[in-house]
Amino acid sequence: MPQDPEVLKQQIAEWRSFVARGKAIEDRDVEELEGHLRDQIEGLIDSGLDADEAFLVSVKRIGNLNALSREFAREHSDRLWRQLVLGADESDENPRRNETLFVLVLALVAGLAIKLPELFGIRFEDQASEAFYIRNISFFFLPVLIGYLSWKRNLGVAGFTRLLIPFAATAMVVNLYPFLRQGHTFFLSAIHLPIALWLVVGMAYIGLRWRDSDERMNFIRFTGELFIYYVLMALGGGVLSMLTIGLFQAIGLKAESFITQWLLPCGAMGAVIVGAWLVEVKKGVIENMAPVLTRIFTPLFTLVLVAFLATMIWTGRGIGFEREVLIGFDLLLVVVLGLLLYSISARDPQARPGLFDTLQLILVVSALVVDVIALAAIATRISDFGFTPNRSAALGENLILLVNLGWSAWLYFGFMRGQKPFSALERWQTSYLPVYAVWALFVVVVFPLLFGFV
Amino acid sequence: MLQGMNINKDLVAASATPLVLAILSEEDSYGYSILKRVSELSGGRMEWSDGMLYPVLHRLERLGYIAGYWQKSETGRRRKYYRITPQGGEQLDVERRQWQAVDDALRSIWSPPALVNPLSQG
Repeated sequence: MPQDPEVLKQQIAEWRSFVARGKAIEDRDVEELEGHLRDQIEGLIDSGLDADEAFLVSVKRIGNLNALSREFAREHSDRLWRQLVLGADESDENPRRNETLFVLVLALVAGLAIKLPELFGIRFEDQASEAFYIRNISFFFLPVLIGYLSWKRNLGVAGFTRLLIPFAATAMVVNLYPFLRQGHTFFLSAIHLPIALWLVVGMAYIGLRWRDSDERMNFIRFTGELFIYYVLMALGGGVLSMLTIGLFQAIGLKAESFITQWLLPCGAMGAVIVGAWLVEVKKGVIENMAPVLTRIFTPLFTLVLVAFLATMIWTGRGIGFEREVLIGFDLLLVVVLGLLLYSISARDPQARPGLFDTLQLILVVSALVVDVIALAAIATRISDFGFTPNRSAALGENLILLVNLGWSAWLYFGFMRGQKPFSALERWQTSYLPVYAVWALFVVVVFPLLFGFV
Repeated sequence: MLQGMNINKDLVAASATPLVLAILSEEDSYGYSILKRVSELSGGRMEWSDGMLYPVLHRLERLGYIAGYWQKSETGRRRKYYRITPQGGEQLDVERRQWQAVDDALRSIWSPPALVNPLSQG
């Protein structure tokens, strides 16, 4: 009876992917086991079985894969922990084995770039040059990061150059606008510029294939992981700085100026590149941290928001009008959105709605209520005192978040009732990404013009 | 077949190390071929779940008794071969003496001297 070798191939591939799920089973082990399976199948076919039977018998003889995976885990318990081998292991077929070196050079470039203006007398610690560094901070490390990603994604020099165009354009805007010293629009521009440019990083990350929703989701994951890595490195850098100061103090020398002039600025820039590289290397090897944190904090934030709303209704207190309060509310909404994003990014789209989804929906709905209250407060303030740059920015951000959360709640509700697939929510979030960037760009470029650079 | 003759799990597990070391001391080999040899040697009475050999091989490799290396097989696929190390040879000697001691003890109780020569019972 003729057997289709393609079918057998596919069966083996399925089995292989099942084996590879074992946490302590590495690629090489899978290859070894697959080799065994193939030998066995060939042996059985030679002795007269047909391919189908041979496959079944061989799989059966390999034994229970869960037990095997456990056995591997017992033998290689270290692998459950130390799965991140930096640049060492995959040298065989990988022509890019010098990635480590390349990344270190790039980190050095980013670190030194921030010192470059000093050659022209713009000193980092001078009060007078503060404004220069505040508005230009993005241009020191983001182009290097994009360079790394363009290299990773094989975009070539042409692709890289194309990605730099937005940088050149915005660099001209923020440096040529006649901003009022310490003005509101100046700070708004400076804050929103990195947000707008982060979309360009996204373009590089997904290799210019912006239409692909899955790739955009990957970029969201990348952003979250990079953020966590960056915070961790910043903590490490803090310890390093303190110890350095302490050590040199012991021999009567002051290291503070070295820390503030070199270690801090250069480290802060270089860490972005190193962080991006770590996320790239460890992707898929270690459980991602952002979703884990989301799991922990979603219930807590839900609790706080619900308690806050209940208290507000119970005591009849309104929200204060101070600027800090409104900014605080904006931040809260951003956090809620982040929790939503990262729980979406880690969720199996096929899974049924569960308790965690209910929690998530409560969180989103209570955030919506808070958002409406904040909007009402901003609106009152605007109608009383007119538009100012800060109020307008807060209003815009709130509206953007309101639309996002409102539609998310609607889609989530549909999903809970089984009317919509989870992927609808995923697509909504990924297609919303450009909105943030466009708004940020609007604040950077148009706000100063609208408000006369105050 | 000889259902009752299948050797129990603990015994199989205990004998895995000396068997693998002994087979590798004959010549370098790989997983599938080691299993075939075990089955040959035991007349099919030692039932190993095939996959379980690999954690054993990896343990022996970690202990330094055997060393693995990848090589192209005659079919063109890459295969992980194992060879015994000098340390593994020493371990095999130790194991052999231990098993011999067990074997001696069992033999002497199961075959008392009177039965050694059936002719003497005349």
